[in-house]
Amino acid sequence: MDPFVVDTLAADGLRLRLDAVDYLLVALYFVTVLGVGFAARRAIRTSVDFFLSGRSLPAWVTGLAFVSANLGALEIIGMAANGAQYGYMTLHYYWIGAVPAMVFLGIVMMPFYYGSKVRSVPEYLRLRFNRPTHLFNAITFAVAQVLIAGVNLFALALVMQALLGWPQWVSIVVGAFIVLSYILLGGLSSAIYNEVLQFFVILAGLIPITVIGLQKVGGFGGLMDAVKGTSLGEAGLHAWSGTGGSDNPLGANWIGIVFGLGFVLSFGYWTTNFAEVQRALSARNMSAARRTPIIAAYPKLLIPVVTVIPGLIALITVQGLGAKEGDLTYNNAIPLLMRDLLPNGVLGVAVTGLLASFMAGMAANVSGFNTVFTYDIWQEYVKKDMPDGYYLRVGRIATVAGVVIGIGTAFIAAGFDNIMNYIQALFALFNAPLFATFIIGMFWKRMTPLAGFLSLAAGSLAALTLYLLYLGDVIKFNSDLEQSFWGAGLAFVTVAIVAAVVTPLTAPKPVEELDGLVYGRAKGMGTEDLLAGDEAWYRNPIALGLFAVALSLLFYIPVW
Amino acid sequence: MTDNETERRSAAARLFDVRRVIGGLFVVYGAILTLRGLFDSTADLSKAEGLRINLWAGLAMLVFGLLFLAWQWLRPAEAPKADSE
Repeated sequence: MDPFVVDTLAADGLRLRLDAVDYLLVALYFVTVLGVGFAARRAIRTSVDFFLSGRSLPAWVTGLAFVSANLGALEIIGMAANGAQYGYMTLHYYWIGAVPAMVFLGIVMMPFYYGSKVRSVPEYLRLRFNRPTHLFNAITFAVAQVLIAGVNLFALALVMQALLGWPQWVSIVVGAFIVLSYILLGGLSSAIYNEVLQFFVILAGLIPITVIGLQKVGGFGGLMDAVKGTSLGEAGLHAWSGTGGSDNPLGANWIGIVFGLGFVLSFGYWTTNFAEVQRALSARNMSAARRTPIIAAYPKLLIPVVTVIPGLIALITVQGLGAKEGDLTYNNAIPLLMRDLLPNGVLGVAVTGLLASFMAGMAANVSGFNTVFTYDIWQEYVKKDMPDGYYLRVGRIATVAGVVIGIGTAFIAAGFDNIMNYIQALFALFNAPLFATFIIGMFWKRMTPLAGFLSLAAGSLAALTLYLLYLGDVIKFNSDLEQSFWGAGLAFVTVAIVAAVVTPLTAPKPVEELDGLVYGRAKGMGTEDLLAGDEAWYRNPIALGLFAVALSLLFYIPVW
Repeated sequence: MTDNETERRSAAARLFDVRRVIGGLFVVYGAILTLRGLFDSTADLSKAEGLRINLWAGLAMLVFGLLFLAWQWLRPAEAPKADSE
C-alpha cells in the first residue's frame, strides 16, 4: 500500500464532529436507498427489466442518471483538488472535455446504439465486426469496471476514516452491502433512481459549501482578487490565455487540450463507456435515448461552480493548502471546507452527499459489469439459449461476484498517488482505442471485421506499452496527465493505421448485415416511436445539443 | 402494438415514480434542517460566516421537495394502455 495516500487521507486533523441530527440525515438516506431497491424489485420480471429498466424511463431521469454516474465522489474531490491546483484550467474537464462528446453521443451515435436494439456497447461490436472483437471488449470492460468499483470502495473507506473515524473495514462492508442490496433487488432501475436522488443530494451538500465559502472570501470579486495573490496567481483565472506554450498551471498547450482531452480522452470516455451509455439504452424511446446525454450536458456545464470554485476558495482560506503530504494536500480541499465552514445540519447533508456519490459511482460500475458479464460473456460464450429467468439469475450472481471482486481490488487503488490520474490511466488504456475503432467502424462501412479486431487490439496494446514504459521510467512525461493525453493519442493513431492497412487485404461484411449499424445504412432517425409531445422543439435532440455546445463556448469568454 | 412496446409499457407501469422519492426525501430533509436552523447556536452561525445556512438550506430543500411532489401530482406518469398486462 502506498503510504502517501493513506497518511494524507487518514490523518486525524480532518475529523468532522457530527451530531445526532447529522447522523439522522445519513441514516434517512440509507433507508431511502434501500427502500428504492425494494420498491423497484416489483418491476422486475425479465432480464431486460433488470439490466435495462425494461427500456421504460423518461429522458430527464436517464439524463440525470447519466451525469450522476460520472459524478462520483472521486470526481468531485478530484476536481476540487484540480481547481485549487490548476485554477480555471480545470474547467476544460467540464466544457471542452465533456460537453461536445456528450452532444455527439446523443446526436450522432445514439441512433446506431438505440436503433440497433443492442443491449450493451460490446454487443454493438459483435454485430458490426465479429466475436473476437466483442469478447476482447467485453472482458476489458468487465475488468475495468470491477477495478474502478474497487477504487471507489477504497476511496470511500479512506474518506470515511478521515472524516468520521470509521475503521476502513466498516466503510467497505457497509458501502458494498448497500450497493449490493439495492442492485440485487432492483437492478438498473434502482441504480438509476438512486443516481437521480444522489444528484440532488450531492448538490444540496455542495451548494452550502460554495455559498458560505464565497461569503467568507467576499464574493466572486473578492475570490478573484485573492487568487491573484496566491502561488497560482493570475494564471489561475484563465482557461486558455497561457496555452500557446506549456507555461501554464496545467502544463498543457492548446493542441493537447483540444485533441488530447477534448477529442480522444473525452470522446473515448463519454461515447463508448457502457456504464454511461447504459443509462441512455434504458430510455423509453429513441428521442429520449438521444436526449439522455444532452440533458446531462446542462448540469455538467454548471457543476464546476460547486467543485472548481470551492477548490479556489480552499486555496485562499486554508493556510498551507497544497502540501505534499499531511492534512493539507489538494485532495482534501472539499473535506477541509466541510470541516471549517459547515455547521451541524448542512454538514450531515454534505456527508450524506459524499457517501451517496461514492455509492452511486460504484453502483454504475457494478450495473455495467453485471450486464456485460451476463449478456456478453455468459450468454454468448458459456451458455446460450437458456430461458430468460436463467440469465436474470446469472445477473444477480454476477452482481455479488462483481462487488466481492471490487472489495478485493480496492487495494490496487492504494498504489497510486493521485486517484484521478489513476482512473484516467485506465481510460486511456481501454477507452481511446475503443472509441477510435467505433468511430471508424461507424463511418466507414467498408472496414472489415478482422480490421476491427486487429486495430482494437493493436491500439490497446500501444496504449498499454506506452503506459508501462512510462511507469518503468523508460519514457519521460511531465505528468501522469500528459502521459494519458499521449497514450490516448497514440492509441487513436494506431487504430486508424491498422484499420487502413488491414481493410483492403480482408473481406468486408455483406452490406445488408450492417443495416442500422453504420452511417449510410441507418434504419431511421427515431421518428417512428415518438411519444406525445416529443415533436416539440425543446425536445429536439439537435437543437438541445447545439445549444449546449454554444453555452460551453460562451462560458469560456469571461474566463479566457 | 409490438412485443417490445408491450414489454416497455408493462415495465413502466410496474415501476414507481422517482419524483415521489425525491420529493419525499427533500421535504423530510428540509423540515429537519429548518427546525435545526431555528435553534442554531451562535457558534453555528459564526462557523457559517453569520449566514443562517441551516434555515435557508432547509427552506430551500422544503420548497424543492414540494415542487417535485406537485409536479408528480399535476403531471402523473402517463397511464399505461389497458391491454398491456
